[in-house]
Amino acid sequence: MKEFIQKQFEKNHLQSVKLLSILREIQAEFHFISKDAIEILANLLKIERTQIISVVEFYHFLSLEFRGKYEIFLSDSITDHMLDKQSLANYFAKKLGVKLGQLRGDGLVSLDNTACTGMCDQGPAGLINGYAITQLSKPRIDEIVSLIEQQVPVEDWSKEIFKVADNICKTDLLLTEEISQGSALQNTFKQGLTETLAEINLSGLRGRGGAGFNTAMKWQFCSQEKETARYVVCNADEGEPGTFKDRVLLNQYAHQVFEGMTLCAAIIGAKAGFLYLRAEYLHLYSKLEAILANRRDNNLLGKNILKQGVDFDIEIRLGAGAYICGEESALIESLEGKAGIPRNRPPYPVVEGYLNKPTVVNNVETFLAAAKIALIGGQAFANLGTKQSTGTKILSISGDCEHRGIYEYPFGTTINTILNNCGAKDVLGIQIGGPSGTFISNQEFDRVIGFEDLATGGSFIIFNQQRNILDSVRNFTDFFVDESCGFCTPCRVGTSLLKKQLDKIVDGHGSAGDIVALEEICQLVKNYSHCGLGQTAANPILTTLQRYPEVYQKQLKAISYEPGFDLNASLAPARKLANRDDAGAYLAQVED
Amino acid sequence: MSETITIDGKEIPFKAGQTIIEAATAAGVYIPHLCHKPGYKPHGSCKLCTVNVNGRRCSACTFPAATGQAILNKTQELEDNRRKITQMLFVEGNHFCPSCEKTGNCQLQGVAYYLAMKDNHFPHFFANRELDASHPDLLIDHNRCIFCNLCVRASQEKDGKNVFAISGRGINKRLIINSKTGLLKDSDIEVNDCAVQVCPTGAILEKRKGYSTPIGQRIYDTQQIDQVSLTQETVYE
Amino acid sequence: MSDKIRVATTSLAGCFGCHMSFLDIDERLLKLAELVEFDRSPITDIEHCSDCDIGLIEGGVCNAENVHVLREFRKNCKILVAVGACSINGGLPAMRNHIPLEECLNEAYIKGIGVENPQIPNDPELPLLLDKVYPIHEIVKVDYYLPGCPPSADVFWTFLTDLIEGREPSLPYELVHYD
Ligand SMILES: Cc1cc2nc3c(=O)[nH]c(=O)nc-3n(C[C@H](O)[C@H](O)[C@H](O)COP(=O)(O)O)c2cc1C
Ligand code: SF4
Ligand code: SF4
Ligand code: FES
Repeated sequence: MKEFIQKQFEKNHLQSVKLLSILREIQAEFHFISKDAIEILANLLKIERTQIISVVEFYHFLSLEFRGKYEIFLSDSITDHMLDKQSLANYFAKKLGVKLGQLRGDGLVSLDNTACTGMCDQGPAGLINGYAITQLSKPRIDEIVSLIEQQVPVEDWSKEIFKVADNICKTDLLLTEEISQGSALQNTFKQGLTETLAEINLSGLRGRGGAGFNTAMKWQFCSQEKETARYVVCNADEGEPGTFKDRVLLNQYAHQVFEGMTLCAAIIGAKAGFLYLRAEYLHLYSKLEAILANRRDNNLLGKNILKQGVDFDIEIRLGAGAYICGEESALIESLEGKAGIPRNRPPYPVVEGYLNKPTVVNNVETFLAAAKIALIGGQAFANLGTKQSTGTKILSISGDCEHRGIYEYPFGTTINTILNNCGAKDVLGIQIGGPSGTFISNQEFDRVIGFEDLATGGSFIIFNQQRNILDSVRNFTDFFVDESCGFCTPCRVGTSLLKKQLDKIVDGHGSAGDIVALEEICQLVKNYSHCGLGQTAANPILTTLQRYPEVYQKQLKAISYEPGFDLNASLAPARKLANRDDAGAYLAQVED
Repeated sequence: MSETITIDGKEIPFKAGQTIIEAATAAGVYIPHLCHKPGYKPHGSCKLCTVNVNGRRCSACTFPAATGQAILNKTQELEDNRRKITQMLFVEGNHFCPSCEKTGNCQLQGVAYYLAMKDNHFPHFFANRELDASHPDLLIDHNRCIFCNLCVRASQEKDGKNVFAISGRGINKRLIINSKTGLLKDSDIEVNDCAVQVCPTGAILEKRKGYSTPIGQRIYDTQQIDQVSLTQETVYE
Repeated sequence: MSDKIRVATTSLAGCFGCHMSFLDIDERLLKLAELVEFDRSPITDIEHCSDCDIGLIEGGVCNAENVHVLREFRKNCKILVAVGACSINGGLPAMRNHIPLEECLNEAYIKGIGVENPQIPNDPELPLLLDKVYPIHEIVKVDYYLPGCPPSADVFWTFLTDLIEGREPSLPYELVHYD
């Protein structure tokens, strides 16, 4: 083990900022991070062992305990459940002879849930030793189980098992054709850096990651900082359940995304950039590395790019399973090899980002659009969309419809149009922008996609009339409990309280005051949390409570109060131990 | 001419680089807090110090004071919600005050008293947390840790050590100790370290020191935490 | 019926400390007796609660019987008050909550030092233990809380006189403590 770690350490240039990368390698090799590994690493990197432990314990795909030679994770997105995930999970567990969440006795295989893996258009999905699997079915599970039992190394499994489709269903300005390699950069240098920034400004481009901050303004702020060591970061953490467009962009349009990053670097004066790729997209890693190498060969990256005196290179850093690392300051912490805990603001990343240097963080799609704008000019882009939301938006459509996949629309498109295009019938409502977004009912389908109406990072999950809203609200609330980083009190404790209170109501233990109590916790979590995760964690409840109060009301009992837990079940251990079955050994949930 | 902010209508001067809570404390205005301590790097995790700055909620312990800020601090809404946040801390851990040696001198209690908290309001987690009594002179009762990070900062910033860290994520957060065994006895900690003294709750305790002050003479028996804080904490280290 | 205020009190998983502290209001008891009348309480022989104005509950809920008593109080008392640390957060009895019940019972009745005739009691007359000790507000709706271990005599006095005189009860700073 020592040699292995030494080798990783050298490969990663002895840097503690590379801690996460090194830990990923150790986990992949040994399937856990042992105490010894921690001691060796602490000595080599000259950091405290506690720093290593806190990183391991923070990320979902790192573990202090052995996880087996085959580590299987099943995507737990609501879209997976809509595709019958639960019964497949049970089947998988039975076939493997392991309980969900556990390591099998012989140490060969473990099976657990993980948050949405970004395959909602082709679920039920999962990960095996970090590599994405899609469209799980019983025959596919049988095949996988037999490969595992025969201990065939994952590298030797059929490529079919790891096939990921792009499912591009509708293209517009950005997706119809990828720009030709280098053309946007050439144009940038030809027309001048300031002029290109002016074009981006004219385009009105706003961030596609969700918050919608003006991109030109962000770049300008960063370029005006006194500190000259600056960074460009592309946020490919894509953790919002129901979003998968960045995966497709990186699979088919990576050149253009890297080109966008490079012209940003030229404009703001950055020498180094990162693509922060979510762990779930490990399957894209070597392809992206090859594209970067190709760009270096073509003088589109590296020293003296296109002989214009600009030096810039891009490094890919993988995450390790944490939705919060999509939040830009948590992402930066993660890039620095730490747990992804959002920073205090101010200072903002454009002032103090990576290694406390000015840093631009943008979404994959934002860089893609920026490259296009540099080529075709700001006006051509601004001609599309609406006044406040120019250009197009790429949506990830999943759930109850005929054609799940990627759709590009000019902003301002109505929900009705989108539903028609994707073949959605009998629709109950749509989760727009993922769990942190909004649930809209079928009374609102004339609303439009755009920052002025329905803002979205791209997640678009359709529910038909057969679905129960409360199932998705529960799934989303559980998601936030699992993904809260735990830094601040309102989110750390509040998300768990939300879950308890929601479960109480949905499980039928709620009574008159319980909805008010639920709303009270919602407001606390929303208004007092430290970052966007906590501030939106109550949205699934708040947006459905507002639209379907009767659905919640129906769950309530007419009595004035009921315990939030199963009272009779809490007598069960004692009943068993005392071996009693008389009437006094049972309790009614409420007084009769 | 020095610049000013207003807190609940009162004009307060501040120096460039000061946070809102620093300016407030210097001017004798108490803002409830737990993870903040003068002279320590701002952290901003407990959210008790939340104030309303020109209509936006901000953590007073991390947010820089700036000219033109009209700040609300002692409003009914803020105090009610601070109480609920305190209640969250009480149900998250296991705070059985009668059996805690810190009782009467505990800042978590002090803040709760100040906010007139009479019950814990929420369902209790009854978390399964451990007690580390391995050290001859110290003990750490994880049941009472509120993850304020002060011991972590004290050890790093004041003691020049690195005895503590906060690990885990979400509701599974936990305080970890920097030693090969993970036990306090094998760490570099010493009784007189700032990290020992700084704990606002009864999580880190000196052994054989408990209940030494008679009831009635303990810190928060006689004084409210705002007074205690303003007399002790205006002096910056 | 007299127009005196009817008060019932009980101790669930508590130590009667709160009751003792209540009695510490000393000579004020006489004044109180002019205003209130006790229903079910350790200080009367009444076995079951009838309609009351105020119910004072000491202790948390650790077994099936506690649940029944607590429900009887809730049903009959207009105002239900959680008195003392144990009723508010389970208190010291709740320190067993992180130990599985099986381990607790094994320790007490099977493996413990000095146990003769090891057997977990199974007489139907005995109430079964709940898996955890619960604060009373997690079982029934509670109207007021009097913190303290125990709440001081002054807390009882202030609270009851406030209520009796029709004021919204409020405890001054000195009276709020958790120990
Ligand atoms: C909890 C949370 C998760 C986020 N996840 C992502 C993400 O996966 N991808 C992304 O681009 N932005 C994400 N964001 C938004 C980023 O913080 C940031 O605003 C964005 O990357 C900026 O890029 P843009 O201006 O191009 O949108 C997230 C924000 C929060 C609060
Ligand atoms: S809101 Fe949640 S995710 Fe954000 S800092 Fe607080 S605990 Fe962490
Ligand atoms: S042990 Fe004390 S000082 Fe350290 S984080 Fe916990 S509560 Fe804060
Ligand atoms: S004191 Fe400001 S967040 Fe804790």
